[in-house]
Amino acid sequence: MLQTKKTAVPAAPAAVGGGEDRREAVVSMYQAQRKIYARAVSGWFAGWRWAFVWATQLIFYGLPWLEWNARQAVLFDLGARRFYIFGLVLYPQDFIYLTGLLIVAAYSLFLFTAVAGRLWCGFACPQTVYTEIFMWVERKLEGDRAQRMRLDASPWGANKLLRKGGKQLAWIAIGLWTGFTFVGYFTPIRSLAVSASTLGFGPWEWFWICFYGFATYGNAGWMREQVCKYMCPYARFQSAMFDKDTLIITYDDERGEPRGSRSRKADPKAARLGDCVDCGLCVQVCPTGIDIRKGLQYECIGCAACIDVCNGIMERMEYPKGLIRYDTQNGMAQHLNRSQLLRRALRPRVLVYASVLVLILVALGTSLALRSPFKVDVVRDRGALARLVEDGWIENVYRLQLMNTTEQLQRYRIRAAGLPGLQTDLGDTVVAVDPAATRWVPLAARVPPEAAATAGRGSHAIEFTVERIEDSAADAPRTVVERSTFVVPR
Amino acid sequence: MSDFVHSGWGLFVAITTVLSLVFCLALLIVASRRKVMATDNTTGHVWDEDLREMNNPLPRWWMWLFVITVVFAAVYLAFYPGLGSFAGMLKWTSVGQYEAEQDRARAAMQPVYAKYVAMSAEQLAQEPAAMGIGQRLFLNNCAQCHGSDGRGSLGFPNLADQDWLGAGTHDYAKSVITEGRVGVMPPMAAAVGTSEDVRNVANYVLSLSGSAHNSVAAQLGKGKFGVCAACHGADGKGNAQLGAPNLTDKVWLHGWGEQAIVNIVTQGKTNAMPAQGRLLTPEQVHVLGAYVLSLSKPTRIAGN
Repeated sequence: MLQTKKTAVPAAPAAVGGGEDRREAVVSMYQAQRKIYARAVSGWFAGWRWAFVWATQLIFYGLPWLEWNARQAVLFDLGARRFYIFGLVLYPQDFIYLTGLLIVAAYSLFLFTAVAGRLWCGFACPQTVYTEIFMWVERKLEGDRAQRMRLDASPWGANKLLRKGGKQLAWIAIGLWTGFTFVGYFTPIRSLAVSASTLGFGPWEWFWICFYGFATYGNAGWMREQVCKYMCPYARFQSAMFDKDTLIITYDDERGEPRGSRSRKADPKAARLGDCVDCGLCVQVCPTGIDIRKGLQYECIGCAACIDVCNGIMERMEYPKGLIRYDTQNGMAQHLNRSQLLRRALRPRVLVYASVLVLILVALGTSLALRSPFKVDVVRDRGALARLVEDGWIENVYRLQLMNTTEQLQRYRIRAAGLPGLQTDLGDTVVAVDPAATRWVPLAARVPPEAAATAGRGSHAIEFTVERIEDSAADAPRTVVERSTFVVPR
Repeated sequence: MSDFVHSGWGLFVAITTVLSLVFCLALLIVASRRKVMATDNTTGHVWDEDLREMNNPLPRWWMWLFVITVVFAAVYLAFYPGLGSFAGMLKWTSVGQYEAEQDRARAAMQPVYAKYVAMSAEQLAQEPAAMGIGQRLFLNNCAQCHGSDGRGSLGFPNLADQDWLGAGTHDYAKSVITEGRVGVMPPMAAAVGTSEDVRNVANYVLSLSGSAHNSVAAQLGKGKFGVCAACHGADGKGNAQLGAPNLTDKVWLHGWGEQAIVNIVTQGKTNAMPAQGRLLTPEQVHVLGAYVLSLSKPTRIAGN
């Protein structure tokens, strides 16, 4: 039987006191979530966060409504396997661009993190951004920290029901709107809006609107810092990008300690006090509920709310700002000034991250700029390798897949080369492919008997040149060359 | 599987499954509390002199995720097969799902084909959408033998020329697709005569189409062609009723040249097109037949 005696688990690890204390205790291996009542904060960094909230959310909610060439500007049509991004029409074959984008995202994360810690987490991560929006709603309906705590402690009544219910309704509405917008990237959002008026969504539309909506509501409303602490993999591996020259949000121990409250008039030196007035506001504003004065902790998402609030207090106390500030571990230890910090930011790892990032960006941009307006795949017929036709000519059959990656009708001429006398049954026939469409063109290539005899039995390299016919003579003709083989039978 | 036919196995699987679920839940509850040896929030374990294991608890909601997986398993087992021989309340089977999807696909295709079934091959040839369907059906079902361009190969007829072994009508194409076709050329060497005679006949046959041949041998072979004329006609133009090929054109289904003809006359040939009726619906055959006929029209790759 388990002992029923239960000891409280300290919220933070106590100093290791050694193994002398051998008293037995039963503890829970699971911790109840402690509700965090983050206090509202304003200031320079809070302003930046709101700027990012506006920028990311204007793009996210607004982008699907933009029109381009009489279609949705950004639409990922999974059914037709076409991905429209403004003027671009991407095929599944263009997956490499997504890979490039992900590498850019990864290296940007590495770079920002190496320079200034968890900037992404604190300012641009959807978890942070939606939590910010949800907390704003919460604040509007339930008030700030103290009021929320009072409301939670108070018995249920009409006021509490109205405020709490209103908050939930607003949260659910935001969640559903987010889910709707998300689906709008895959189903044309205007037709989705029409179905919304009658709730006539398809089953998968229903699923994704509700699923994505629920995830937004659950993560930003209820899970909040739990996501960062227990679910997010990036939060864990970002510490690998940290070093002693990484800017982190840090409390100036030397200047702040010993902390203690005092009157605004009192001279701290005389009272043998540091600059920290121990108001506890840095703990109250922290969205993950930590005390930054304990130093760098894995829970810190780098939101800089404690900097904003502490600077406000320092201002009121007429002390210099920056008791809590962006600084590096080396900077704190060696009392480096701003320009020294900046110089140390340009260390090898930062330069490597930056140059790889620039390289990938340039490669991605160049590749997109030089992208061919059409693609060709050549598929040899597998049933019969070759055949003998009239007058002893040897014929091979191919299927050419022509992929038009623009939104204009394109016309092509197809030629084969590589063996003397090689010709195709298409001759000068012009093949047209509709905008953003794919067309299979079967074609037979043949060589005269003498050429086949000279080339010998076996497979020979040939190539197909597909030339786009330009409407005006001014346009340079675009061609795609695809290699294949021509088989002369034994 | 044959070793596990006894009904007791079903029971065994069901009991093991249920016990495993209960065990998982019990383990979760038992392991959620733990006796520790110290009050400093370590588990009391010390390695390498000073390495201590902290009690770093998971959030409680995480435990509920475990519980949810067990609940999910119980609900799943109630609805779907999994508990031994119990079929589940939904009576789901993979065969049933396959058939349901087939039915749905057929129902979805019904309106597409309904319009085409009433149209003739000539009308269908004017319908780009119908020809697109026909091409896809052809590439999936016919191109393996007849080639992507429908021009066939040795032993596989060219469908894109004007030469037909049968009537060359839409109905004929449909019947060959549905029921298949077996073409038989009997060995005729004995009836023709000596091997020299066979060679002469082969040269005569070559001369019918104006191909390169030995004219002396052809003159000699002309007299022996009588046995061939029974099916191929006195003029060698073949007989569509019998499926006997026209020998006066340059279509050489079973090989070109003297030796190829000698081989066919000596050994005969049985060539079979397998029936596709089980794989394709009559509506698909209708559209596919029209597509095959359209291959012999010269303007099949129509540019705009």
